[in-house]
Amino acid sequence: MVHDFTTLLIQVGALLFLLGLLGRLARRIGLSPIPLYLLAGLALGHGGILELHASEEFFAVGAEIGVILLLLMLGLEYSAVELVGNLRSAAPAGSIDAVLNALPGAAFALLLGWNWVGAVVLAGITWVSSSGVIAKILADLGRLGNRETPVILSVLVVEDLAMAFYLPLATALLAGVGFVRGGVALGVAVLTVVTVLVVAIRYGKLISRAMSVDNSESLLLGVLGLTLLVAGVAAKLQVSAAVGAFLVGIALSGPVAHHATELLTPVRDLFAAVFFVFFGLATDPRHIPPVLLPALLLAAVTMATKTLTGYLAARRVGIAEPGRWRAGLALVPRGEFSIVIAGLAVSAGSVTPELAALAAAYVLITVVAGPMLARLPDLAWFKRWLRARAALQQTRTASATGPA
Amino acid sequence: MEQTALPGIGVRHDMMTESGRRLGVVSHRTGQRNLVLYDPDDPDACTADIPLTDEEATVLADILGASLILEQLSGLREQAAGLLTEQIAIPASSTYVDRPMGDAQIRSRTGASIVAVLRAGEVIVSPAPAFRFKAGDVVVVVGNRQGLDGASAIFADDGPAG
Repeated sequence: MVHDFTTLLIQVGALLFLLGLLGRLARRIGLSPIPLYLLAGLALGHGGILELHASEEFFAVGAEIGVILLLLMLGLEYSAVELVGNLRSAAPAGSIDAVLNALPGAAFALLLGWNWVGAVVLAGITWVSSSGVIAKILADLGRLGNRETPVILSVLVVEDLAMAFYLPLATALLAGVGFVRGGVALGVAVLTVVTVLVVAIRYGKLISRAMSVDNSESLLLGVLGLTLLVAGVAAKLQVSAAVGAFLVGIALSGPVAHHATELLTPVRDLFAAVFFVFFGLATDPRHIPPVLLPALLLAAVTMATKTLTGYLAARRVGIAEPGRWRAGLALVPRGEFSIVIAGLAVSAGSVTPELAALAAAYVLITVVAGPMLARLPDLAWFKRWLRARAALQQTRTASATGPA
Repeated sequence: MEQTALPGIGVRHDMMTESGRRLGVVSHRTGQRNLVLYDPDDPDACTADIPLTDEEATVLADILGASLILEQLSGLREQAAGLLTEQIAIPASSTYVDRPMGDAQIRSRTGASIVAVLRAGEVIVSPAPAFRFKAGDVVVVVGNRQGLDGASAIFADDGPAG
């Protein structure tokens, strides 16, 4: 027992230390740390260079908490009013996004010969962009003030809100309950989410007032405790723990949300890293080479559809050509949500094990290619190409409408 | 001035100037604000993104003019429940036309404060007690509901002062 515990300390300590170094490396080369965490997990898990056994249980629990905290922080970023207020204007863009990006994933899964549960899961993986990675890209490239940025953000908001319905559905389907019970789970989820949104809009101030901002220790414990509690209850009700956490984040607003964000960010960073590593640990790297080609193909297709999504969404609100490209290419990276969905599928065990490997490879490709693609519209040759295109179009319309 | 919500980040205000340049301010939820200038060739992209500290923003606002005070007031109104801003027109029949503001004793009688006067499209911020009202002036008053109603009644009064 004592021996096990010391091994655990050594393994967890060494791994976290390694992650710290990787995080620094990622920042230095201007990359999101997520792909490096995944790679570390792949290298050290089943079938990797070195297998960590003693700490697996610890990482499994940590990963669950990591998902919950990721979703809580996402919820804290938005207020209920923002979500609902944004919904009407963002719904068309959100629908284009869902159709253009979820369908290719589902079709691809069926082409690979997976069952329809696998298709639903892969649809989710290709659908959702990574709000964390994209927010960072926008800030890094100084685009927060750009006029296409609200378009990008509203697509992300709709995706995040859609996850509140998708995750319970996926959870139920993965549990093998069939479409009817899956529909019931979806119904419960819709009801819960709508109730929470209404309560948060009406009584958000009251809920937030119940949490004192004065003492950071009690606020930290209070918010964390409440989140885990609600997540647990949500999981018991088959609504998915992650969605419960997301809703807690939505319900909190004002100074409480602001302080809680500050307090919980380091905790989230720790457990989210554990989550990404655990997904890597649980994925056998020997499964990756056979799925590498499909993953590349899937990434190429869905990166193109995502670009088209942003392009169309920006065009709808009257953004000019260069802005449309910026919006499209910024939306490319998939990240934490895709891994969350794949993680759900893996832990349910009812889908082919290839899925984890495919999801890992897919996220690695998009999350590395995304930030590079997002820089394209700022490059001189890309601007020249756009100008040439615009000039060509102008002459075409001029000759079409000019005197015959 | 166009206002656009940036979910998860904050709010962006932007405007097109008469000279055809677009400029804006991104107010982050954390309190940080950035002044952004847009590219004349690509009006959707910003070429400059200048973070401003509280002090810098205040100095800039002071220089750019008092009209910003009104904006801040409406912001204040949202933050502090029960604190209202109202614009009260002074009718030509009011007893306070052509009399100094101090005579009305708004603050001591109603608890509300006059923070600005709008006259002929101009904003006079924090008028002194000696400031003389003219018919058609619009007074910007801050206070609670009761105080504002009191101030309206005082300005509407056309009888002898008392």
